[in-house]
Amino acid sequence: MVKELEASNNEKSFILEALREGIRLDYREKHDFRPLRFFFGPNYGHVEVHLGATKILVKVSCEVTHPYPDRASEGILILNTEISPMAIPSLDIGRPSEDEVLVSRILERAIKRSRAIDTEGLCIVAGEKVWTIRVDIHFLEHDGNIIDAACIAALTALSHFRRPEVTLVGTDVTIHPVEQRNPVPLSVHHMPICVTFAFFDNGEILVVDPSLQEEQIREGDMTITLNDHREICALSKAGGIELNMDKIVLCSKIATARVTEIHDQIKKALEKDSESR
Amino acid sequence: MQQSNAHRLQVVLPGDALPVYEHKLKLGPGLIQDEDQIIAVKGGVLKHQPAGNKYWVESNQRRYVAATGDPIIGVITQKGGEFFRVDIGAAHSAVLSYYAFENATKRYRPNHDVGTLIYARISQANKDMEPELECVNPATGRADGYGELKGGQVAKCSLGLARRLLETETPILKDLGDHIPFETAIGLNGRIWINADTTKNTIVVINAIKDSEKYPESQSRQVVSNHLSKW
Repeated sequence: MVKELEASNNEKSFILEALREGIRLDYREKHDFRPLRFFFGPNYGHVEVHLGATKILVKVSCEVTHPYPDRASEGILILNTEISPMAIPSLDIGRPSEDEVLVSRILERAIKRSRAIDTEGLCIVAGEKVWTIRVDIHFLEHDGNIIDAACIAALTALSHFRRPEVTLVGTDVTIHPVEQRNPVPLSVHHMPICVTFAFFDNGEILVVDPSLQEEQIREGDMTITLNDHREICALSKAGGIELNMDKIVLCSKIATARVTEIHDQIKKALEKDSESR
Repeated sequence: MQQSNAHRLQVVLPGDALPVYEHKLKLGPGLIQDEDQIIAVKGGVLKHQPAGNKYWVESNQRRYVAATGDPIIGVITQKGGEFFRVDIGAAHSAVLSYYAFENATKRYRPNHDVGTLIYARISQANKDMEPELECVNPATGRADGYGELKGGQVAKCSLGLARRLLETETPILKDLGDHIPFETAIGLNGRIWINADTTKNTIVVINAIKDSEKYPESQSRQVVSNHLSKW
């Protein structure tokens, strides 16, 4: 199997030189995201998100299961990331790559540990029946920054998803098919959104939403997860160059602005979709 | 097979058998011989070149499969005792012998570091072997433009776009050249190398070329002026 492709020396020096002049390869400013586009499928919870050329498909599904014994009154949220060689040709099939592990852990922290979804609301009968919500994240095309794209896609899909309504009479549980009763949306507490930075030139140059070519030559990276109330939910910096305090504060300020914009875009896309249904 | 002429497009699908009665013909990508039949193994347009009686299938894709004679852009990933190992974007890396350069001898070896961009020709591609490259025309011993690419920037594109850029009637390169002077090398493995006078101009050229794939050729001037106005 071919090793993950290293960028050529020409690319390295060209991108660095361009960044020093303050320009990026796609006419973007350093602190801008690439254009986001949303495509909703025929069913609830099926969303494809394009961040520039990075493409993520998310499908949310649900089923009734037993709860975990130590959390009898909580539903279960499963995040499943699938990176295939279709997106990253150099990938070894069958063995999760370092990238994949990192992506799924950051998403887990951003969405599950920040309690973005109300899992207690997914309980039907405590200790017996709860909803398991499964989020399948497929990476269709990798042009850099799959973490942010996957996070945006997963949250959009979770907000878009509807589960069948359930009525409880005594201990009798009735699950109403979607055709009979309107399905109900999940209750989303808040929308944590990841913003990834890449650093060059010993941290002197910082760039938001790195493309694949930029990711290949970056010296370090950091992902800040913020929600729509401007609260920091998680911060992840796995290796790379060291940063001083001022830089991190600067990053969090930039991230706040980006998150507000992204949140508006998600909201608009969801509204537009619900009008057309 | 009907005598394929330039006015007719013949589309083949994987598994289609092409009844060929001629005895001397050369098969290119997308066609295999199975006993006395010629079978298409990918979908696309059947192409024919009367010189040498060559047949092959053309379609657009993004993953490169090495084929003999293709000019490609690769990155040196390893230096061995006798050859460089070069990443060409295919399933396997290719080998480039130290002697496949202009004026190379046992004593005078080309010296390229890992990470160097190389413009080369595929001299041998066999499905059971690693592809072999050469940076020299074996008939004349001259480089003919092949060799190390210095400076500039590479971008990825679809194989169909790369193929079209190598055709002389594709207008985008000429239209861009009217405004910005630049050097270019196009690899049929879906990589284009551009070197213009400034960083900004290089970026404009790369983006205009990539964008040109989405528009008909008649609009190529417009694509160019769109991108020139970005900065």
